[in-house]
Amino acid sequence: MSHPAGPMLAFLVRLLCGASSRWAGSRPEARQRIYCANHTSHLDAVTIWAALPPDLRETTRPVAAADYWRKGLRRFLAEKIFRAILIERGSDGDAAERRLRAEQAVETTATAMGEDSLILFPEGTRGPGEELLPLKSGIYHLCRRKPGIELVPVYLHNLSRVLPKGEFAPVPLLASVTFGPPLFLLENEERDAFLTRLRQAIQDLKKI
Amino acid sequence: MTFDIDRELQLVFGGILGLLVVASLFSAWLGTRLKSDSARATLANARQRINAWWVMSAVFGFALVAGPKGSLLLFFLLSLLALREFITLTPTLRADHGTLFWSFFVIAPLQYLLIGIGWYGLYSIFIPVYAFLFVPIRSALMGETERFLERIAKIQWGLMVAVYCVSYAPALLMIDLENYSGQNAKLLLFLIVVVQLSDVFQYLWGKSFGKHKIAPGVSPNKTWEGFVGGVATATLLGTGLYWLTPFDPRQAAIMSFICCLLGFAGGLTMSAIKRDRGVKDFGNLIEGHGGILDRIDSLCFSAPVLFHLTRFFFSAPT
Repeated sequence: MSHPAGPMLAFLVRLLCGASSRWAGSRPEARQRIYCANHTSHLDAVTIWAALPPDLRETTRPVAAADYWRKGLRRFLAEKIFRAILIERGSDGDAAERRLRAEQAVETTATAMGEDSLILFPEGTRGPGEELLPLKSGIYHLCRRKPGIELVPVYLHNLSRVLPKGEFAPVPLLASVTFGPPLFLLENEERDAFLTRLRQAIQDLKKI
Repeated sequence: MTFDIDRELQLVFGGILGLLVVASLFSAWLGTRLKSDSARATLANARQRINAWWVMSAVFGFALVAGPKGSLLLFFLLSLLALREFITLTPTLRADHGTLFWSFFVIAPLQYLLIGIGWYGLYSIFIPVYAFLFVPIRSALMGETERFLERIAKIQWGLMVAVYCVSYAPALLMIDLENYSGQNAKLLLFLIVVVQLSDVFQYLWGKSFGKHKIAPGVSPNKTWEGFVGGVATATLLGTGLYWLTPFDPRQAAIMSFICCLLGFAGGLTMSAIKRDRGVKDFGNLIEGHGGILDRIDSLCFSAPVLFHLTRFFFSAPT
């Protein structure tokens, strides 16, 4: 079920930053997929969400950091409007703790998503906006956990200028969202090879 | 200051409406007859223009009915949209974020506020002096020196062309003219009609007889034939509209001619900027959005000059 404030919010986002969508190699289809996007701004998830057709918004859920989205108004947005899947992150604790947390995040996501699609930022955190950071391995484990799932690379243009990392107030420049051709985790594909391939697929959309 | 929708205003709006209806019907009729692909492409382009004018006429009509405040608000929004298109195509750095924020949310609103209260002494210099100084200071404070002069020059240019120049159009509503009190809306309408007609007729003349290109490196569509035919036609029509303005027919001819020349110059200059940035239209970068700057480039250049000429020569004695 979608919240009545959803269309209003999508409209506001599109008013602020354009958020026009360009489908270059994939179509907006109602099938389960993971939209994997570059991450440069707090507005990224809501922008992709707003760029999707309204019927797909209802079945597409962002995966977001619990520490950021569990406060105040954000909590309302995350729970009621986006139905976000909140996962724990952080770099504290020793290696074993971190691995356990990562495994839990993958497990939480895989269980919570059910038949829904996801919006996910495989870099794990916001980058500076020029080049993508190296991808975290979470997306690889999620693909193993959900065999055959379709990945759609997404490139967000200009959002790093609308609201860059470390800034509080957005500037209403025009942003756009490019959806690239789908890709899949191949059988027996190595983790690092897969992550490099996915990262490149997202990065390549920058020039389209 | 208020103004009412008098008979002359009704006449002009009726005329515009009639022209648009004729143009739409004619293009629909052409659509059933044209066969070749290139002719169809030309027609599709013409239809887009006609549709854009429908929208513009509706919006301007609404703003004029709403009075000076409505017009100010409309041009303020146009300025913001034009500024966003300009800045989107202009590579600024993260260090400029604060400067951009000020440009959109402080400098642009203040400029229109100053016009709204009619403070000529400040709104005529606010952006060329105070914003000009503020922009580099704000960016320098961030300590990023990469392409510094280029970045601040582009922001200053965006403010000048998209905010300062555009704001002169509604500022026409604020000057106190001799024997013309309460009728300034017609002067604004005169400006818009003349520069838009000039654009249309340059396009039509160019499409029909265009051979000799003026500046092929900048804009392949601008020809001497289109320029001369378009400016002459629009100047004649502008002269015929003298009864809208505080001018007599001879003065209206001179003013129309100047507006047409500057409108042409505005289109040419903005084309050069677009070429430099590697795009065809300001709206092209992002599909389904923008293109405001493509529509108002001629207005940007003609509004300030018409304003100052009118204010200088036709002001009511104080």
